[in-house]
Amino acid sequence: MISTLRLSPALAPGLRLLGLFTLLLGLLYPLLVYGLANALWPWQAQGSLWLRHGQPVGSALIGQSFAGPQWFHGRPSAISVEPGQTPVSTGSNLGPSQPQLLTQAHERLAAWRASEQQAGPAPQDMLTASASGLDPHISLAAALVQVARVAQARGLDAAQLAAQVRAQAAHPWFSDGQAALARVNVLQLNLLLETP
Amino acid sequence: MLTAFFWLLALFMAVLTLSVRPMGAWLAPLASGQVPARLAEFDRALLRLMGVRDTAMDWREYARAVLLFSLLGALLLYVLQRVQGWLPLNPGQRGAVTADSAFNTAVSFVSNTNWQGYAGEASMSHLTQMLGLTVQNFLSAATGIAVACVLMRGFARRETSNLGNFWADLTRISVYLLAPLSLLLALVLASQGVVQSWAATLPVATLAGGEQTLTLGPVASQEAIKLLGTNGGGFFNANSAHPFENPNELSNFLQMLAIFLIPAGLCHAFGRVVGDRRQGWALYGAMALLFVLAASALALAEAQGNPLLNALSADASVGSLEGKELRFGAAGSSLFAAVTTAASCGAVNAMHDSLTPLGGMLAMWLMQLGEVVFGGVGSGLYGMLVFAVLAVFVAGLMVGRTPEYLGKKIEAFEMKMVALVILLSPALVLLGSALAVVSQAGLAGLANGGAHGFSEVLYAFSSAANNNGSAFAGLSANTPFYNGLLGAAMWLGRFGVIVPVLALAGALAAKKTLPPSAGAMPTHGGLFIGLLSGAVLMVGALTYLPALALGPMAEHLALWAGR
Repeated sequence: MISTLRLSPALAPGLRLLGLFTLLLGLLYPLLVYGLANALWPWQAQGSLWLRHGQPVGSALIGQSFAGPQWFHGRPSAISVEPGQTPVSTGSNLGPSQPQLLTQAHERLAAWRASEQQAGPAPQDMLTASASGLDPHISLAAALVQVARVAQARGLDAAQLAAQVRAQAAHPWFSDGQAALARVNVLQLNLLLETP
Repeated sequence: MLTAFFWLLALFMAVLTLSVRPMGAWLAPLASGQVPARLAEFDRALLRLMGVRDTAMDWREYARAVLLFSLLGALLLYVLQRVQGWLPLNPGQRGAVTADSAFNTAVSFVSNTNWQGYAGEASMSHLTQMLGLTVQNFLSAATGIAVACVLMRGFARRETSNLGNFWADLTRISVYLLAPLSLLLALVLASQGVVQSWAATLPVATLAGGEQTLTLGPVASQEAIKLLGTNGGGFFNANSAHPFENPNELSNFLQMLAIFLIPAGLCHAFGRVVGDRRQGWALYGAMALLFVLAASALALAEAQGNPLLNALSADASVGSLEGKELRFGAAGSSLFAAVTTAASCGAVNAMHDSLTPLGGMLAMWLMQLGEVVFGGVGSGLYGMLVFAVLAVFVAGLMVGRTPEYLGKKIEAFEMKMVALVILLSPALVLLGSALAVVSQAGLAGLANGGAHGFSEVLYAFSSAANNNGSAFAGLSANTPFYNGLLGAAMWLGRFGVIVPVLALAGALAAKKTLPPSAGAMPTHGGLFIGLLSGAVLMVGALTYLPALALGPMAEHLALWAGR
């Protein structure tokens, strides 16, 4: 109580500034950003949605899960989707020496070999979970391996499809032409497949 | 991957260095407490509107105002989280946050730590994110900058107790600096794909015939100040790894730059305020040196990758990818991890828990150095100035002269404050970690066993006590034990430093300024940069080496030995 009294000269300006800044920075500022962002970049501000037949099929920025031989598959995700719950973005948070990390990698390698009819190692991005669980990309190498399966399932020419995949590849800054660092957007590839 | 990293680092440091002068010029009038003439009229109107009178405060009055304001902010944020279920702008229908989590989060955001025990998209209403979290992102940052300004004034002023007025400083820093910069960055980020929407979720019928729930919200406005104020609390659980927070390489680069922008600029502002710009460049030089070394080491560790995963993968050259996003790669994630831990930001674009043992250790160590390698906005500069006083003192002992820094004699009282500041955070980190690993409640939170489990705890307390906020997020910290203990560490780590720093400023301002003498050690050259970096490194290394040996170093040796 005594210390409260001693602080009291600061109480009035403290409360007033907290109140005013809560309105200015907590309400006015987000509203201003909302108005300007949605006026200038409405597509981006609302989630970069890709439409098909006028309906959104996903975001250009967010990965989707694809299963089945006719699709390109994305990276493993650590998100557990529970019905009725908002999915929470997350990585696995497994430490580098945790046995579970290695077990998962072996399982993913086995699944990869089975679905792609491959022996030997797999691209590392297909063995590891991303940070957000929503990574929209896979490596170009991982996509090129999948071309044979997808082409066969859809009755497409594999060489032609591979060329199309290569054309979609994005190269990071300063990659120095290292093909191992190139990436492709999985939803974009699959949309391409569905567009005659 | 290393080539890509070093080019990225070079570009980053070049752009940052170019920003130092203009940012310093912007910050210097705020720091000295003088409003430029062209703003004078607007400034009077602004202060009248906010009901602030720019009267003189001594260090005690200033400290009281800082503490009271932070306490009020924490109370408001606590209440807001507890009653959010009854308030508007809650499209996701979030209920009340639990008492211990609300306490932890309130302390966390007010202390500029932004440790997050909760998952943003599942816990907080839009109203809480905006009125509560965004506002404290601004105000805790402005408070840190204000305290740094006071310490600069302590060096620049002579024989006075007047250190400026906290309310005026807070208002000017928020309105002239943080708000316009944030608005600009928010819009640029929005152009790249950071969302700003009132919806909470958007169900989408996917291409493959399934359903996907996209989570949205007013993200861009919060994202900008999260970085510029070195806050680091993400709108979403995955923070800057979430594509709606950090959509591409350009946004990633801008985010890293935004984190260092104000801490780097403050160095130059310091040089201007004390009337010798070389002094500011020396501080910047020491910070940049330590940063480049640590960031490079971190990237080297990540480039080595994980030997167990390398054996299974076709492309070990890309570096470790567990917990990383492909659009950043190991290069963009390593640099981000170094930036966010060197500055006390704590935003992450990769899951630090899954970094390689040595990569994770460097992230941890950058925090343990006391968050002075750029550090938080304001707190980085005042922390580094405390180390500068220590360096001058040690040099003075070596040559047997009374130490002076910028014409101010460094005497017993100043050194007591310096010692308090430097000893506080190691005490909190080591005692807190020790308590957690000997208690059931502490051990219950570990996601990983063995040496890595210890690293998770050590990382958590290093992050909390140094007000960073990033985590080895496998640790289940949303429990009464961790919420309480980490909350206490964050509060003490913030205000237990701010009070002695303000006392130091008060003592310095009361002193005469001595004319430069031939015998005094110059504090602007290479020798001083070496001495200062050495002081930071020695304190950091000696304090934490044993603990680091038990955690990340042990894990590294075991991992590479195939055990």
